[in-house]
Amino acid sequence: MLAATALSVVFMRDLFTIVMLFGIYSLLSAGFFVDMDAVDVALTEAAVGAGVTTMLMLGTLALTSRKEKAHRKPASMLPLAVVTITGLVLIYGTLDMPYLGDPEAPVHQHVAPRYIEQSYDEIGLPNIVTSVLASYRGFDTLGEVVVIFTAGLGVLTLLGLSGDSPHRARPAAMAHHLVLRVITRALIPLILIYALYIQFHGDYGPGGGFQAGVIFGAAIILYTLIFGLTKAERVIAPLFLRYMMGAGVLIFAGTGVLALLLGGNFLDYDYLAHDPLHGQHYGILAVEFGVGVTVTAVIISIFFNFTGRGDQPKEEER
Amino acid sequence: MSTTLGLYNYWIVIFLMMVGFYVVIAHGNLIKKIVGLNIFQTSVFILYITMGKVADGAAPILDDSVTSYSNPLPHVLILTAIVVGVATTALALALIVRIKEEYGTIEEDEIHSQDESL
Amino acid sequence: MIASNLPALQVVIPLLSAPLALMLRRGTHSWVLAQLVCIAALAISINLLQTVLATGPISYEMGGWAPPWGIEYYVDAVNAFVLLIVSGIGTIVMLAARTSVAKEIAGDKQSLFYTAYLLCLTGLLGITITGDAFNIFVFLEISSLSTYILISLGRDRRALTAAFQYLIMGTIGATFILIGVGMLYMSTGTLNILDLAERLQPLSDSRTVQAGFAFVAVGVSLKLALFPLHLWLPNAYAYAPSIASAFLAATATKVAVYVMLRFFFTVFGVDFSFEVMPLGIILAILAILAIFVGSAVAIFQDNVKRLLAYSSVAQIGYMILGISFATVTGLTAAILHLFNHALMKGGLFLALAAVFYRTGGVSVAHFRGLGKTMPWTMFAVVIGGLSLIGVPLTVGFVSKWYLVLGALELGYWWIALLVLAGSLLAVIYVWKLVEAAYFQTAEGDAASVREAPLSLLVPAWILIGANIYFGIDTSLTTGVARTAAASLLGIGG
Repeated sequence: MLAATALSVVFMRDLFTIVMLFGIYSLLSAGFFVDMDAVDVALTEAAVGAGVTTMLMLGTLALTSRKEKAHRKPASMLPLAVVTITGLVLIYGTLDMPYLGDPEAPVHQHVAPRYIEQSYDEIGLPNIVTSVLASYRGFDTLGEVVVIFTAGLGVLTLLGLSGDSPHRARPAAMAHHLVLRVITRALIPLILIYALYIQFHGDYGPGGGFQAGVIFGAAIILYTLIFGLTKAERVIAPLFLRYMMGAGVLIFAGTGVLALLLGGNFLDYDYLAHDPLHGQHYGILAVEFGVGVTVTAVIISIFFNFTGRGDQPKEEER
Repeated sequence: MSTTLGLYNYWIVIFLMMVGFYVVIAHGNLIKKIVGLNIFQTSVFILYITMGKVADGAAPILDDSVTSYSNPLPHVLILTAIVVGVATTALALALIVRIKEEYGTIEEDEIHSQDESL
Repeated sequence: MIASNLPALQVVIPLLSAPLALMLRRGTHSWVLAQLVCIAALAISINLLQTVLATGPISYEMGGWAPPWGIEYYVDAVNAFVLLIVSGIGTIVMLAARTSVAKEIAGDKQSLFYTAYLLCLTGLLGITITGDAFNIFVFLEISSLSTYILISLGRDRRALTAAFQYLIMGTIGATFILIGVGMLYMSTGTLNILDLAERLQPLSDSRTVQAGFAFVAVGVSLKLALFPLHLWLPNAYAYAPSIASAFLAATATKVAVYVMLRFFFTVFGVDFSFEVMPLGIILAILAILAIFVGSAVAIFQDNVKRLLAYSSVAQIGYMILGISFATVTGLTAAILHLFNHALMKGGLFLALAAVFYRTGGVSVAHFRGLGKTMPWTMFAVVIGGLSLIGVPLTVGFVSKWYLVLGALELGYWWIALLVLAGSLLAVIYVWKLVEAAYFQTAEGDAASVREAPLSLLVPAWILIGANIYFGIDTSLTTGVARTAAASLLGIGG
């Protein structure tokens, strides 16, 4: 299935179809992740790969063009050769790989057993992925938040701040659909509550700040789709988003610095409370909150910037 | 388990990876390049997740009734990598929008010919 | 308490200040903050280098988790030196940033520029200091994404396509590194660099490890623009804002070279990299090609920023050549050239920023008559150019001296000759600038150009002055480089 979907991407020229196929590809891999016991990853892939990425790609299509133009030059053999060689090196590499699911593989022997056996005593959370993500390898996650922040900054730099053009007050396309409006008004609080649930439930089941942020962002995007950008920007001002993007990073890194000031190493949550387990708990709650804040802000900000671009007069396109 | 059966999964993943990689380097349409890049990256994620699987293991959420768990570390790494991937994609798409505004096209060869004629 | 946390603070201070710089919103305010942060980072890196040289490597456990379960920061002579280069260049370039950025970047985007600059600094320092293979990937992406932003802020629309091209190449490179690290993790079960090194020892026959090695090598080569994977670099440097060009040219590829050193020597070990895998000969051939093709193409460039960018491709070739020897002298030459090339290119690109500030362009035609109108700027370009060629009393001479020495030690006299021949090509492209500046006269408005403001001249001259200072007093830099080289090869400490 995955292979067939991927192959069709190569041969399709209609970009809209390609983007849709990519969404399907992404969902299929999310399904595969569940099969491989990676529920957290599946949730993220479904939200990000199938959701955010596809939406952004569609947004870009709306601003550019739908068709890929035919090649005038005959396709060169070089890319095919590069790909074949790379593939062969990979296959050569697999020859000494442990077989799928082999519990004796080195991957499962060295570092991982400690997470599985001791994380409950050291951190006190049933979801091992959350423990590793937020505590053992918390610094990677801080880096990840900074990456998101950087992406938000980049889109803001490229597409935002284009001067306040008077054309921005486009009436919302769907604001006159009474049914849609009523349903949206009813749905948005539910989505927000669900997002909060994911945010704070991540300690026990799959979920956490990142997934929650995406869902939270989605609620606002839905609002924007129905009521228009102008109104949405009145609810959440772009300037506020700019502060919020940074605030998440500050909360996360600030938690780390607090641990440092209390006598521990950077991000050592043991020092946040008298009891190390409580400290870990507070620390993880705080950093997950930081992740959620930045992700929400960045996703909304990226969406606003893309939409705002589309509202500008078309004459600018030469 | 024979070599073919035990490694079959990896080979499928490698095939997917190479399809994505081919789209990135061979195609001239900027959006298609980004889709290819995403397929390439998603396949790498699948490779990581595959290696974390333990036969008969359960999802790594502690439960008294479960004795064998899949390896949580690859999951954590890939969570991070997925996020990095979407960040890159967002930035790339924003660049595409600007390129379209400046050049009026998103085909690589047309952009080159415009730059050369300057 | 502060002292023991310095390794973390080295990265965390710029990381925390980036969102603050975004919140300040006024370009000048953000600049003040960024400048203070750069100075703090420089002070920390000096302190770390002193500590490492006095008492040996430092290990810092992030989150208090012992490696390999947690992420470790590991500082030894090699990366302490690279930290010093990155934060030092970051500080000096930032001095010049205010004047140049005010001219080249629109008012409301200036604080965004400084935020991206700080993020890039965070990423580069983070890659350098970390002792965890996956953490390298994360910080690599921070520095890459912020680099794309910095480039795309260039005025020319080609900056956009340059940024896009770099994004595609950079992401492919990063994904290759990710595949490689995945294969190593698969074979060993660990991500910590020192732990990996230990566990890879008995696995040199594993085909998975060999394939992982190949992927890491190609991925890193893409990031450091090793010929023929350099195609993204010239446009990226040519169309970025002047300050971004100066910062990136002097630091980004250097950090990639460091990552290469770390993987080839610390993780895989010199025996695996150079005996099991045919790395030495491949690197040597590519390096020599890079030197000649890079220099030859540079001669035909009209845009001086592009000219210097192609010269960078050639100069990276010299570093890789030193690495390919895999001897103490060869590595000393490579590490010295990391530092020395950062001084040359940093100084030259800052001088170009001054030329752009006054003339509004950096093509060879803009240089006509500058010897008279902007004497100090042009004098800086001349000294920097002499250093690129490798004339005695400049730093360029010192690193080439060690490189030739390293080649002769191994009996590769023809490589030594090729290095000298490569320098002759550098003479030609530097002469092009000198000829335009001193032997041609400006016409029309260009004749009334004034000397650049001090805020640009002083930082450029700090770096150019360092070219001469470290070219004469070589004991400090060669001492550190030699210690670093020896520790990479596992000889002494």
